Amino acid sequence: MASAEAPAARPILYSYWRSSCSHRVRIALNLKGIDYEYRAVNLLKGEQSDPEFMKLNPMKFVPALVDGDAVIGDSYAIALYLEDKYPQRPLLPQDLKKKALNIQIASIVCSGIQPLHNLTLVRFIEQKVGTGESIPWVQQQIDRGFTAVENMIKGCAGKFAMGDEVQLADVFLAPQIFAAVTRYQTDMSNYPTLARLHGQYMTHPAFEAALPDRQPDAPSSG
Amino acid sequence: MAAMKPVLYSAAISSCSYRVRIALSLKGVEYEYRAVEWNDTDYEKINPIKYVPALQDGDILVSDSLAIILYLEDKYPQHLLLPQDLKRKALNLQIASIVCSSIQPLQCYAVIGLIKGKLGPDESLQIVHHYIDKGFRAIEKLLEGCDSKFATGDEVQLADVFLAPQIHAGVTRFDIDMSKYPHLERFYKAYMEIPAFQAARPENQPDAPSPPQ
Repeated sequence: MASAEAPAARPILYSYWRSSCSHRVRIALNLKGIDYEYRAVNLLKGEQSDPEFMKLNPMKFVPALVDGDAVIGDSYAIALYLEDKYPQRPLLPQDLKKKALNIQIASIVCSGIQPLHNLTLVRFIEQKVGTGESIPWVQQQIDRGFTAVENMIKGCAGKFAMGDEVQLADVFLAPQIFAAVTRYQTDMSNYPTLARLHGQYMTHPAFEAALPDRQPDAPSSG
Repeated sequence: MAAMKPVLYSAAISSCSYRVRIALSLKGVEYEYRAVEWNDTDYEKINPIKYVPALQDGDILVSDSLAIILYLEDKYPQHLLLPQDLKRKALNLQIASIVCSSIQPLQCYAVIGLIKGKLGPDESLQIVHHYIDKGFRAIEKLLEGCDSKFATGDEVQLADVFLAPQIHAGVTRFDIDMSKYPHLERFYKAYMEIPAFQAARPENQPDAPSPPQ
């Protein structure tokens, strides 16, 4: 029986509930109202090393996005791809100064903070430098990055990092602040603007739906 | 009155500064070079977050190599570094991201660890080799079957701007055997022939370290 032309397949997001980088892309997809299929990659079971997943992202990192014939690894590349492909609810302003500020903040998070508390490095520090050495190390990296970002946005009077609209900076900051607060005992009173933003993110629907414990692969409670 | 040239705050040996120098040269943007030294307190007054490189262009100050280069892409659209095609654009950004998030910061950690005495020389080199190898192998996989002159085509693009300084560091500082990464080895030889890349090399900067005696 002839069928009507099949609707375009939804994008597929390969994600791990607790992955900060996956968290960023979940927020971006939600903000843009993109319906997507969630495929869990269990990092604790090593599923990122499965040959099938490695074809999608040879770095063995989540997230990865499959959208038609586009296969993209890396949260930064995915976020900017979504910005072009799904221009509704733009995350980057036209103004060059504000655009640059968004990109800088995203870079501080994804190059300056998050990679320096990746599990492999933390394990290495524990083994080679000394037990317990990783905690002050991670706290130091968070402090350095958060101090820089706080400095960059402290004059901003809006609801979010760059003003009253959510932008790319928020997409990258929210998961990092969430991780800092829930996993690394970060004292947010040192970063009052970021602390206020955290409160905003925790009550914004697109951000709430992206939270780790809301994901299909989050361990069920109780 | 003629517009002021942009000012680049840079350190010769900084891989991140090297990327921006390449981009500026490729786009033919004339700029003033200001060397920034380690723990430079004057620089802190110009850029409170103290990161290098930074670009002052009129009333805009941009730090972070990726932010600067994407700014240059908009402001100086000659010799575009990102293609229109979304898949190729994403590939450029993914390769750039592997370098600037998954290799260089970890390499930097290993170097600082050595300087501060937290890591021995063997351990430091082990970390560097681990992360460079992981990143380079992944990039080789992404580029499997690629027979173009450069990473994503026959024109130099963003991926190349990020790859050149990383390969340079690997070869000149960390004893990386590039024969394990045939695409990258081939690209690197091509980069070294291009005037814009040559002009950006650490040894050609005003603050280049003097060669060992």
